[in-house]
Amino acid sequence: MNFYISTAIIDWWEMSKITLNELSHSYLQKQSKDEDWAIRNVNIDWEDGGAYALLGPSGCGKTTLLNIISGLIIPTRGQILFNDEDITEKNPVERNIAQIFQFPVIYDTMTVFENLAFPLRNRKIPDEEIKRKVNEIAEMLELTSTLHNRASGLTADGKQKISLGRGLVRSDVNVIMFDEPLTVIDPHLKWVLRSKLKELHQKIKRTMIYVTHDQTEALTFADQVVVMHEGQIVQTGTPVELFEKPKHTFVGHFIGSPGMNILPCEIDKGLVVVNGTKIKTSNLKIDNANFSKMEIGVRPEFISFNNEGLPVKILNVSNIGKNKIIETESDSGKIKLITKASEKIPEGSAFLTFKKEYTYVYGDNWIVD
Amino acid sequence: MNKTVNQKAWFFVVPVFVLVAFNAIIPLMTVVNYAFQETFGNNVFMWEGTRWFKQILISERFHAALGRQVLFTLIILVIQIPLGIFIALNMPKEGIGVPICLVLMSMPLLIPWNVVGAMWNIFALPDIGFLGHSLNAMGFDYNFTQQSGDAWFTTILMDVWHWTSLVVLLSYAGLRSIQPAYYQAAEIDGATRWAVFRHIELPKMKKVLTIAILLRFMDSFMIYTEPFVLTGGGPGNATAFLSIDLVKMALGQFDLGPAAAMSLIYFFIVLTVCWVFYNLMMKNESQL
Repeated sequence: MNFYISTAIIDWWEMSKITLNELSHSYLQKQSKDEDWAIRNVNIDWEDGGAYALLGPSGCGKTTLLNIISGLIIPTRGQILFNDEDITEKNPVERNIAQIFQFPVIYDTMTVFENLAFPLRNRKIPDEEIKRKVNEIAEMLELTSTLHNRASGLTADGKQKISLGRGLVRSDVNVIMFDEPLTVIDPHLKWVLRSKLKELHQKIKRTMIYVTHDQTEALTFADQVVVMHEGQIVQTGTPVELFEKPKHTFVGHFIGSPGMNILPCEIDKGLVVVNGTKIKTSNLKIDNANFSKMEIGVRPEFISFNNEGLPVKILNVSNIGKNKIIETESDSGKIKLITKASEKIPEGSAFLTFKKEYTYVYGDNWIVD
Repeated sequence: MNKTVNQKAWFFVVPVFVLVAFNAIIPLMTVVNYAFQETFGNNVFMWEGTRWFKQILISERFHAALGRQVLFTLIILVIQIPLGIFIALNMPKEGIGVPICLVLMSMPLLIPWNVVGAMWNIFALPDIGFLGHSLNAMGFDYNFTQQSGDAWFTTILMDVWHWTSLVVLLSYAGLRSIQPAYYQAAEIDGATRWAVFRHIELPKMKKVLTIAILLRFMDSFMIYTEPFVLTGGGPGNATAFLSIDLVKMALGQFDLGPAAAMSLIYFFIVLTVCWVFYNLMMKNESQL
């Protein structure tokens, strides 16, 4: 094991930064409106060795973006650079990337060993070398005992490990990409494989991009999470940043459980007013209100009961162990808040106050800076 | 859980039993009846034991017909299976080409068998048929009614035209069920076109190909109508395959006993080959 790590770092280490430059893609021949684009104006830098997650709901364009990076799709517009070299037109083999798909892709007729050796054999690597590499990877993924069995006889997680292994045997890959790799894995094994991935990342320090619609997977795997919505990147940041300062209302309600409360508001002489009640927000200086839609956003974790503030009616209280989720209704819409289970909940009507540093004003869905 | 005992439920099986009795069991038993007895009409039968079976099994005529039959079936399978796969691989996967190809492919399958025979008979006539006339005009000495080689060539060509589509359609269905991720993974793994075929497409098509081979084996081994209309088994006995020879014996010569024995032997050959083939394929499957 140690031997592997040292060879990986010394022999094969190659910096690989990935840059996406003004990337847009459409599956249609002609595009007339925004919805015709699967992804729109994506700009991003993936630093070498980072663990990234691409998070978004189904149909937001994340798989398209992944396939563009791997070279399975050529984008309609824009450039992809690996180490500042334009590789937009290059095929997956030339890009030297690895991709793990939603369900395990294995070659049924081959043994586990042959499956793992396949990418190397296609690249005409000497047999000795192949044997060494495959054994190392098999050891890492705990596949050694089944190495000479037929791959098709394995369980789903075993098969997914083979898919992963085929990416890892090529130690010079620029990036390893995961397209919702745990979809078909049993819940109790999901956790095991996820920690395995995290461990692998720390061990081999290769850039990894993990596509998922599951916020738990994204937030536990990645150092940097990229949130996509309707073909655009709405925010990139650490899990904490996404939680504490969502730059877009979508990030607010997509991440967190329950998501951020979004209420319509007005700006009156630079102050934020929600249905007659003045609210203090962290982005204070709001002089221009040139937005068609003004909203205020605050997470349930940062709301508390008080003697004054926004008047609400209490609708429902549900206990979730350590905490309680309280559903209330104000004149501007429903508001959820989370309190400790021990806290006393007022009955009927109450007043809410928001923590100022975590309350933001959004204009046309984007945070007002 | 205790099952309720209800013997009356057997009545539900009666309709199927009656149906199978009339379309299979009773006719088959009639044949069995003839196979062991001699008759001169008037419902007079004499017991002959296994005499007809022995006679058929040692007869040169049966050996020759069986030989022709095996050769024909082998040629058909060797041509149609690879050709069918090849066409399926090259069919369009999306767009307007898909329905066009599918309709074109299905057409030969929809034509009644005796019509196929008649069509090819006229098509191949050396004097007025398009194929026959063209071949002769190009300098080939082609006459399927007189030269046995030409008769074989025409019969095989006709069968390939008629039935390759079946292999194509089955293979195409098998290919379409392969998830795109397999191709994408292979592309990333740097697989050659041949490796993709060998390690992805062929294994995924295995089940439909098993069906295709079984169907093509059975149909070609029992082929009757088309060669009967095309060549009538001739010239001489050149294209008298088992079923044609059988009909000649039963209806031409009225040798009902030997013909019945031959039918049963024929039946058991088909049954045995299918059984062995199917089991071999399935055994392979469980090993995977």
